[in-house]
Amino acid sequence: MIEFDFHLQRPGFCLELAGRIPPRGVTALFGHSGCGKTTLLRCLAGLEPEVQGRLSVNGQQWQAGGRQWPPHQRAVGYVFQEGALFPHLTVTGNLHYGYRRVPADARRLQPGEVVELLGLAPLLHRYPHELSGGQRQRVAIGRALLTSPDLLLMDEPLAALDALSKNEILPWLDRLHQTLDIPVVYVTHAIEEVARLADHMLLLEQGRLLAAGPLQSLLTRTDLPLAHADNATSVIETKVVRFESEYHLLHLTFDGGELQVPCTHAPETSTVRIRVAARDVVLSLSADSRGSALNHLPARITGFNNDPHPAHQLVTLTLGDTPLLARITRKSRDQLGLQTGQAVHVQFKAVAIS
Amino acid sequence: MLGIEQADWIALGLTLRLAAVTTVILLVLGTPLAWWLAHTRSRIRLAVESIVALPLVLPPTVLGFYVLMLLGAQGPIQALGGPALAFTFTGLVIGSVLYSLPFVVQPLQNAFASLDRSTLEAATTLRATPLDRWLSVILPLTRRGFLTAITLGFAHTVGEFGVVLMIGGNIPGETQVISIAIYDHVEATDYGSAHRLSGLLLGLSFVMLFALYTLNGRFRLGTT
Repeated sequence: MIEFDFHLQRPGFCLELAGRIPPRGVTALFGHSGCGKTTLLRCLAGLEPEVQGRLSVNGQQWQAGGRQWPPHQRAVGYVFQEGALFPHLTVTGNLHYGYRRVPADARRLQPGEVVELLGLAPLLHRYPHELSGGQRQRVAIGRALLTSPDLLLMDEPLAALDALSKNEILPWLDRLHQTLDIPVVYVTHAIEEVARLADHMLLLEQGRLLAAGPLQSLLTRTDLPLAHADNATSVIETKVVRFESEYHLLHLTFDGGELQVPCTHAPETSTVRIRVAARDVVLSLSADSRGSALNHLPARITGFNNDPHPAHQLVTLTLGDTPLLARITRKSRDQLGLQTGQAVHVQFKAVAIS
Repeated sequence: MLGIEQADWIALGLTLRLAAVTTVILLVLGTPLAWWLAHTRSRIRLAVESIVALPLVLPPTVLGFYVLMLLGAQGPIQALGGPALAFTFTGLVIGSVLYSLPFVVQPLQNAFASLDRSTLEAATTLRATPLDRWLSVILPLTRRGFLTAITLGFAHTVGEFGVVLMIGGNIPGETQVISIAIYDHVEATDYGSAHRLSGLLLGLSFVMLFALYTLNGRFRLGTT
């Protein structure tokens, strides 16, 4: 468990943050620019010497009682926004920089494993200026991993990349997530990255913690801004049942029923996360009105909320225990006579994201 | 040797020794000063930068005059019980350090300012201690700045004349440097000796600068 309580005062900015980060999985720090998410990350790394407060990581005090450990004494990996590779060293030199400085008995990862995990073998003899943006970030991640950190911090690692490079690097991040047992704190302002990678989320606003919790519940909480965003999204964690190769469909199961999502090939993992956009969900009163959507499941309405657009209503539902958001028009709500607590059928398109 | 007389070789040796000692002292003093100038947000930065740059614009005789006042018989150093430094090699070193200060500080300051902050922070999070960071990241990334600082500091000290004349005078083996030896030969209308010494200095300066540009060019290809 990572527990922090930070206080940082700067001209025009005050950071007042206390919270916990689970010892497993990816925790996203999410918020608008200037909300303090990168500053919080830097405080966790020890890069903000003026910060007051305390920090403990897996029972070790990294900061307490006015003393803080300098960054080079913390078992922390930090991936900077643009990689911050050493320009005078080759990829191998960069990867080994941290590795050589960690005592042999504290090394849990070996260069060979990391090179394999991140597909770095063809790049080893190149210099940073000979790499693409996506390749640079992969090297930066590998370099941080080779210090065998207790905590991996990533500061918008995809922000400086174009869409193509992002899609190139995301599968590597998924792989990292599935393979390694290192807690990751991931700063981003892109909800797509959060929905894809994160398990937990800290929502920041103007240097304060707005909310914290598991991804699923925070995405669908209507008292938070995420649910009202244009790209409001629910995620569903599912288990793989089978891959129907004739139709290229993946059959999945979760506590709310069974799902089918398009997929080019059978997944390597036994669990798959899927994403459902609130605007892609259709509500109906009976199960027989089948359209072309593959997924139609029974659900129960848990509430209605106003949406920024006056024509819309944001409906919260549960499928079994899984929360789901639907954005429908107010007119549809009235025509169908929908009410809180009512049993309905939902149809939606689902996208597998990891 | 080369038709250059013994006294001139002594002057040349003294000049090179002066330049070497001055350069070493300037690296020791100039590195922290340049680092501070490159990173501070202090309000006195501009004042300090201006003072460092003064030798670029002041006539060397003015600088030499003030140093002479400082070191001389009526100066504050002797008044405080310090040694008599005017007309000594140590006095020359003090004058040369001031005279060549901007030639060492400015290239270093530019090199430090061009360092990317996140590169240094990355080294810290990769377990490098502050000293380790200097040796493994800062020095390799600023070696062109250091080479330029060493070469310019050394060469500029070799070529100094006015400051030395003011505070060192012309004592053979103690304060007579090569530029003053050349001046003496010209005064004595011994143009042959003046030619040989001047040619030697010209060649030496060219070789130093050529070596600098060759090395810097090689580093440029290797790293960026």
